[in-house]
Amino acid sequence: MTTTVKTNTLTLVRAVTDALRTMLREREDVLVLGEDVGKNGGVFRATDGLQAEFGEDRVIDTPLSEAGFTGAAIGMAVNGLRPVVEIQFLGFIYPAYEQIMTHAARIRSRTLGRFTVPMVIRAPYGAGVRAPEIHSDSTEALFTHMPGMKVVCPSTPYDAKGLLIAAIEDPDPVLFLEPMRCYRSFREEVPEGKYTIEIGKGKRIREGEDVTVIAWGAMVPIAMKAAEEAAKKGIAADVIDLRTLYPLDRELIVESVQKTGRTVIVQEAHATGGVANDLIALINDECFLYQKAPVERVTGFDVPVPFFSLEDYYLPTPERVLHAMEKAVTF
Amino acid sequence: MEQFPIIKIVDEEGNVALSEYREKLTKELVMMMYYHLIRTRTFDRKCVSLQRQGRIGTYAPYEGQEASQVGSALALANDDWLFPTYRDHGATMTFGHSLVRILLYWKGRNEGCVPPEGKKIFPPSVPIATQLPHAAGAAYAEKRKGTKNAVIVYFGDGATSEGDFHEGLNIASVFHVPVVFFNQNNQYAISVPIARQMKSKTIAQKALAYDIPGVRVDGNDIFAVYFETKKALDRARNGEGPTLIEAVTWRYGAHTTADDPTKYRDQEESKRRRECDPILRVERFLQKAGWWDEQQISAMQEKVHSEIEQAVAEMEQFPEANPTDMFDFVFAAPTWTIEQQKQMYTTWREQA
Repeated sequence: MTTTVKTNTLTLVRAVTDALRTMLREREDVLVLGEDVGKNGGVFRATDGLQAEFGEDRVIDTPLSEAGFTGAAIGMAVNGLRPVVEIQFLGFIYPAYEQIMTHAARIRSRTLGRFTVPMVIRAPYGAGVRAPEIHSDSTEALFTHMPGMKVVCPSTPYDAKGLLIAAIEDPDPVLFLEPMRCYRSFREEVPEGKYTIEIGKGKRIREGEDVTVIAWGAMVPIAMKAAEEAAKKGIAADVIDLRTLYPLDRELIVESVQKTGRTVIVQEAHATGGVANDLIALINDECFLYQKAPVERVTGFDVPVPFFSLEDYYLPTPERVLHAMEKAVTF
Repeated sequence: MEQFPIIKIVDEEGNVALSEYREKLTKELVMMMYYHLIRTRTFDRKCVSLQRQGRIGTYAPYEGQEASQVGSALALANDDWLFPTYRDHGATMTFGHSLVRILLYWKGRNEGCVPPEGKKIFPPSVPIATQLPHAAGAAYAEKRKGTKNAVIVYFGDGATSEGDFHEGLNIASVFHVPVVFFNQNNQYAISVPIARQMKSKTIAQKALAYDIPGVRVDGNDIFAVYFETKKALDRARNGEGPTLIEAVTWRYGAHTTADDPTKYRDQEESKRRRECDPILRVERFLQKAGWWDEQQISAMQEKVHSEIEQAVAEMEQFPEANPTDMFDFVFAAPTWTIEQQKQMYTTWREQA
């Protein structure tokens, strides 16, 4: 007997809503809180309709206080709840950074496991949507560098739902980054009900022998576009969507790089201290003798993400990625 | 100021200042309070001496603040939560934290953050005021569970300048949750006096902004602290929301054993403050009530000393910290980077 899973065609942001609804239904201890998440349904409508369905004490409009409600969520989490916090834009998380760094991420370690913080912090991030200043940051490395945090970054509706459900069920704090640029850029079949995607596992989204291209979040479609252009020039790319930034999917990366011997990393964030650098360290550790060319990085620059009149110059483009791929292949 | 008078039940001379409490000050209650006061003071002095001998690390003394800490902690019920700072071990030990664990904390051991089984005592918050939102959140969870449990959170006068103080109070007020914000105004944030910390006359008045009760008590009067905290906790349990209590007190010594208070304040003032010492006040009360029993008190002191000596011995015989422990509690299950680093480190140690 086969069972057919019902699916819906959803955008990434709708898949997030679907994940939240699924978990609010599934578990009484799940709460959603943040600024404007209730009646307004969130600035991106990610929580649309949830307060009407689950009530004001489970989908909570908080005062405008990132440190306050993130801290309160820590207290909720240590006291048996599973809060999902929404930060309206990753660039607004900095007031809460202290709470996350000094408490959420280290309470398990400090108390040898007596107190734990099973919370999720959701934050739309990234440039390319013509948002005002500070709204376009992609400072994920601040969190991958923070011991005790997992950092997840889906690029598709299917992954977003499965990863968010896994994040809510995870016993540790998870920063869940949602690429704004992918929120409504395309639709995909997403199963109804509950399913999870393992945190820490990436996905090969294109198979090739010549060069490995690693990307995450809003850079995934850029990497894919570059890979398609490269194919026309006879370069076959192995494209990896990382999906989780901490912990990295060691097996997938190593296997691909050992196969191709050439790597291009596409990172929207600033270059210095970014996730790309950890990828290079991993490749150095595990694939040194397989390397046929130095690892290429295509990244944003070490400058504040510029106002939107200049953001296209900041962001990696398919052209820059293609150039890096050609450089790697012809080294 | 007039709106937030300092509540005093027993004055500096040991006289009952609020006669309606006379009946409530039973011998049993007062002796129990006295016991905890001398227990916390003896422990505090022992810690300072241990630090000077290099047997524990930097330590944050609370001498002078015992009435605030003991009085408020005695008002708690067993299932309540306590969110302390690094200066509130007088409160945590009164609430049932183990002395060995507190000593281990100051010896730089993670074990010191672990309260006895079933005791909801959070590890000391080291950043200033960040524990206030936690308390609001824990209280929210209690409210949602429909319990009668309440939460108390401790903080100093300097904490009221931090954003998290205001965010914590605001959130607790908006969601009307069972939490008592217990401020110990010891009048110095390390070296900065309260007058340089804020322009407002009292800390209690800050409650007005959040439309919650603000109470100012004599923090050296254990009776005022105890009964006012109990009232606030009862209000919390009855669904009447949060309260801000300001206990006006004084720390005689340094902020921690790493600083020198003679650099930033007149030591004569601390000497004068000894006259309103919280323990002296209870002794005067006991003498006036005719309850001062030399024999009983020396038995009490002896019990306290031997308990503390035993805890120190246990702390010093505690098994060495295992270096690989640091890898084991970062996540519920270690990530591959942590596993790899643990493996490499273990191998290196074995070969070294």
